[in-house]
Amino acid sequence: MRNKRVLVKGVEAVALGALEGGCECYFGYPITPQNEIPEIMSVELPPRGGVFLQAESETSAINMVLGASAVGTRVMTSSSSPGISLMSEGFSYLIALELPCVIVNVMRGGPGLGGIEASQGDYFQAVKAPGHGDGKFLVFAPYSCQEAYELTAKAFELADKYRNPVMILSDAILGQMKEPLELKPLKIKKISKEGWALTGAKNRPARVIRSLFLDSAELAKRNLTLLRKYQKMEREIRFEKMAEGGEKVLVVAFGSMARICKEAVLNLRAKGYEVGFFRPITLFPYPKKALAELVSSQKIKKIIVFELNCGQMVEDVALSLKGMGKLISKSYPPSVIPFPEDLEREIKKCLNSSDFPRV
Amino acid sequence: MSRIMKKKSMKYEIIFSGFGGQGVLFVGNLIALAGMYQGFNVSFLPVYGPEMRGGTCHCTVLLSDKEIASPLVYEPGYLVIFNLPSFLKFIPRLKRGGLALVNKDLVKVEEIEHYETLCANKKILWLPLNTWAEAIGMPLALNLCALGALNKLLGLFPEEILIKALREMLGKEKLPLLEANLKAYRKGFEEVEAYESSLTKS
Repeated sequence: MRNKRVLVKGVEAVALGALEGGCECYFGYPITPQNEIPEIMSVELPPRGGVFLQAESETSAINMVLGASAVGTRVMTSSSSPGISLMSEGFSYLIALELPCVIVNVMRGGPGLGGIEASQGDYFQAVKAPGHGDGKFLVFAPYSCQEAYELTAKAFELADKYRNPVMILSDAILGQMKEPLELKPLKIKKISKEGWALTGAKNRPARVIRSLFLDSAELAKRNLTLLRKYQKMEREIRFEKMAEGGEKVLVVAFGSMARICKEAVLNLRAKGYEVGFFRPITLFPYPKKALAELVSSQKIKKIIVFELNCGQMVEDVALSLKGMGKLISKSYPPSVIPFPEDLEREIKKCLNSSDFPRV
Repeated sequence: MSRIMKKKSMKYEIIFSGFGGQGVLFVGNLIALAGMYQGFNVSFLPVYGPEMRGGTCHCTVLLSDKEIASPLVYEPGYLVIFNLPSFLKFIPRLKRGGLALVNKDLVKVEEIEHYETLCANKKILWLPLNTWAEAIGMPLALNLCALGALNKLLGLFPEEILIKALREMLGKEKLPLLEANLKAYRKGFEEVEAYESSLTKS
């Protein structure tokens, strides 16, 4: 049977993906531009025996997520930039307690209340320091409705696999645009939580989930365990590349910006320009090796990073390339969103110039 | 050669723009959905901001037989303009040789400064959308009149595909409005059909 095709918004694709991934509980607090997620979850979860609850604040919502995760359910929350900041204390505890959950950030312009149009300004927050302490999320950046659906579903499995929060980092363009989604059934594994979940201690010794370790050696050991886990997550690295050799310039972008870039790159390639394209799908762990290999094997001389912020991911690109090639950062702070025609001009300028600033 | 290339790739970039309440987002969503049923790759990008009834509002719809990368486009090939502010905002962005369907009832040439330079190398088709919608007793359905006219010109999909999409968009609650919307669609379609045949006769 052919899979059903539906025309949905990016945020609706996220919600449908969550249901496909086996989400049982949703807690959240409304904020533009992601309100379609709680809207769908409020309709779909109760008849499936799940729980939908609109909390009184983001702080409460994330602590409800923590509780539901501790007892072993598949749980998620979603918000947008300012709401995500409010949740960051909870994020740190979720990481410390090794509690799986899925967190969706449909980014809008900041800092502060900012605006409601698209931005990628929360890149650093998502990949470097979602909360205090040394914690990390596994971070996915979908760029189409199909990817938003599939990655969100997969996020539930990976959260359980690593016992770590997984973040879907999207933005208002992908969130609010509609495109066809093939609603195909996905193979999402169920992972037993019997070994650690707080399910009542009848017939077994009592368990404690805690993040306070006053013994300094014990805390160091704990941090190293978490570090090894982040290193293991490198298995989940995903990316898309378009460069077969002879490219003079490589364009790097993620999420919605990658779509606008891809259009520009495809147009330029059709006209015979030697332009390649690289799109990280996991933002943490970052596909450092893949990017460095691409640049060194194809002998690419110039790398341009396009972002809807003041220049954040470019730092990870710089760390990946370790001085290989000339790196240029083209940043578009919210909420002025460039058109593919603008990017085409920028890439052409870069192709033609022999000298431009180094990052 | 260029003719062959054109046949190989079919891409329609359309921006709909008007007042909030004129059904701009509805018609944009509808054409994207019908396009999907017809087998196109589609994207629908509404603007999005603190919009209100009476304010301006627009959306970008792309239909293509190839993968659609960017949902945004600066220079669309087609425009559907429902009011004067939209005309002034988007006509300068219309592609060279592009086509704009403009609501004659709310956009008056004499109110536009430098009309000739603004519209040089661009095709403008003036349609009395409000008049048509009122003539069939559906003053709010000027968006469907515009869609009928556009589809007559572009031949994107047959009427049964449109009906399927319209049914889904209206949902169960608003299904009684199907006939009225369809009437508006046909009005636009037939008016352009009559106009075209008058052209071939003369």
